[in-house]
Amino acid sequence: MSIRGKAFIAGIYEHPLREIPDRSNSQIHAEVAAGALADAGLSFSDVDAYFCDGSAGFGPLSNADYMGLRLTHVDSTETGGSSYVVHVGHAAEAIAAGKCQVALVTLAGRPRSAAMGGGRGGFGDPTPDALFEGLWGMSGAVTGYALAATRHMHEFGTTSEQLAEVKVAASLHAQHNPNAFLREVFTVEQVLDSPMICSPLHRDDCCVVTDGGGAVVVVSPEVARDLNRTSAKVLGHGEAIKHAENGRLDLTYTGAVVSGPRAFEEAGVSHADIDYVSIYDSFTITVIETLEDLGFCEKGKGGRFVLDGTLVAPHGRLPFNTDGGGLCNNHPANRGGMTKVIEAVRQLRGEAHPAVQVPNCTVALAHGTGGSIGARMGSSTLIMGTEDA
Amino acid sequence: MSSTLPNPVPAVSPGSEEFWAATAEGKLLLRHCDDCGTPIWYPRPFCPACGSLNTSWFEASGRGTVYTFTVVHRSGVPGYRDALPYVVAYVELAEGPRVMTNIVDCDPDQVTVGMPVRVVFHDTGQGNALYRFQPDPSAGADR
Ligand SMILES: [Zn+2]
Repeated sequence: MSIRGKAFIAGIYEHPLREIPDRSNSQIHAEVAAGALADAGLSFSDVDAYFCDGSAGFGPLSNADYMGLRLTHVDSTETGGSSYVVHVGHAAEAIAAGKCQVALVTLAGRPRSAAMGGGRGGFGDPTPDALFEGLWGMSGAVTGYALAATRHMHEFGTTSEQLAEVKVAASLHAQHNPNAFLREVFTVEQVLDSPMICSPLHRDDCCVVTDGGGAVVVVSPEVARDLNRTSAKVLGHGEAIKHAENGRLDLTYTGAVVSGPRAFEEAGVSHADIDYVSIYDSFTITVIETLEDLGFCEKGKGGRFVLDGTLVAPHGRLPFNTDGGGLCNNHPANRGGMTKVIEAVRQLRGEAHPAVQVPNCTVALAHGTGGSIGARMGSSTLIMGTEDA
Repeated sequence: MSSTLPNPVPAVSPGSEEFWAATAEGKLLLRHCDDCGTPIWYPRPFCPACGSLNTSWFEASGRGTVYTFTVVHRSGVPGYRDALPYVVAYVELAEGPRVMTNIVDCDPDQVTVGMPVRVVFHDTGQGNALYRFQPDPSAGADR
């Protein structure tokens, strides 16, 4: 696909100041965004795609939250001073591909007023949320996911036993994976008896902590056709950022409510067509909320949905994470999205472990989650099929 | 429990100086939008509801209810790891925003979703204070 003539630059804005000691990076991002949108005659609510570099904070998450953007396409490619040129190109590609319609690109930094340095937040500034969320003893990701689990239990009656069923299913798969970090088969009782970390999440509701990594190669149809190796066909994709909505956060759902339908629509498949799912499983609650939000069951019924071996391969209604997932197998660099794609491709190739290979697996879904569930997060859904799917 | 929670000093950033200064006087400030009126949280000189850059401070009631919470039993956070177990929560302020905080002056096992709470301030010794919340017995009497 060519982007020629498929995108236009409609608004521009250069900040008028040259020394800004009294404003945060995020404020400057917001000011230039407001300026460019006004120049184009657009408003913040028109923006559906956001592009930024390392000056923005935690990827695109910080500023999406700060500015209240509702995003279904993001790109935080960091290539130093050339980033914004890259962003314009990527934005044009995304628009040409129908992924978005109004792409906002911003840059801000204060090298005269504040030290530029490492650190994850905006070239020396902490992320803008950190000042109000970093004071209360949040102990890693688990605290935020526990806050979501408590609320999910309160609203929907979800139980610790139901959460534990997710770990049990993952462990039934991991026993067949010789590389899995945890190969023992867990019982619900074992999970409930493991030490409480942040109520209601026990140690065994949490994923493993592992070193490692992964990679995938995506090629054109022409290249794919000439290869001897079986490929998985990309059928559809959706992405979204969900954030605190100006303090009206709702921890009971994820960005999958947006990314899922977009992926299904692009793929032209229905839930009944999905033979296998890789569901991001940083914690057991992550799986419950994501399954609901992707529409595999009614909102609030995820806890009941996972009972009776629903997730257990090969014959459960919706086999998931047949490598053992992040809960038992691997969560390299504390980021589980890569392994989600990899196991889905194994299933589509028929190369999962024979004990967990889903028969005639022709359509698979992989879902990734980033950040803190419900509060400031990225969600991405990828639907793939066999070559003839 | 609550009496032993650390009082880390906030790294006050541009745009939040007045908020933190007010905590030393026992005031919880919220930002709101001068154009659309929406209360803003976390405080920022920008309205995420309408995109306006015209915003100003007002004093919050300091009352709310627990939206959700977790009792932390394992923690790697300096200071906090010596205060186990403690409660991290989101409190829904009467003005609308849900604010991350700690619940204090209460047995962690007694905290419930929906529990009425009111703000208390814990001095950092550096010219500001942390806004935490304790059970609000007067809330029940109102009803
Ligand atoms: Zn407004």
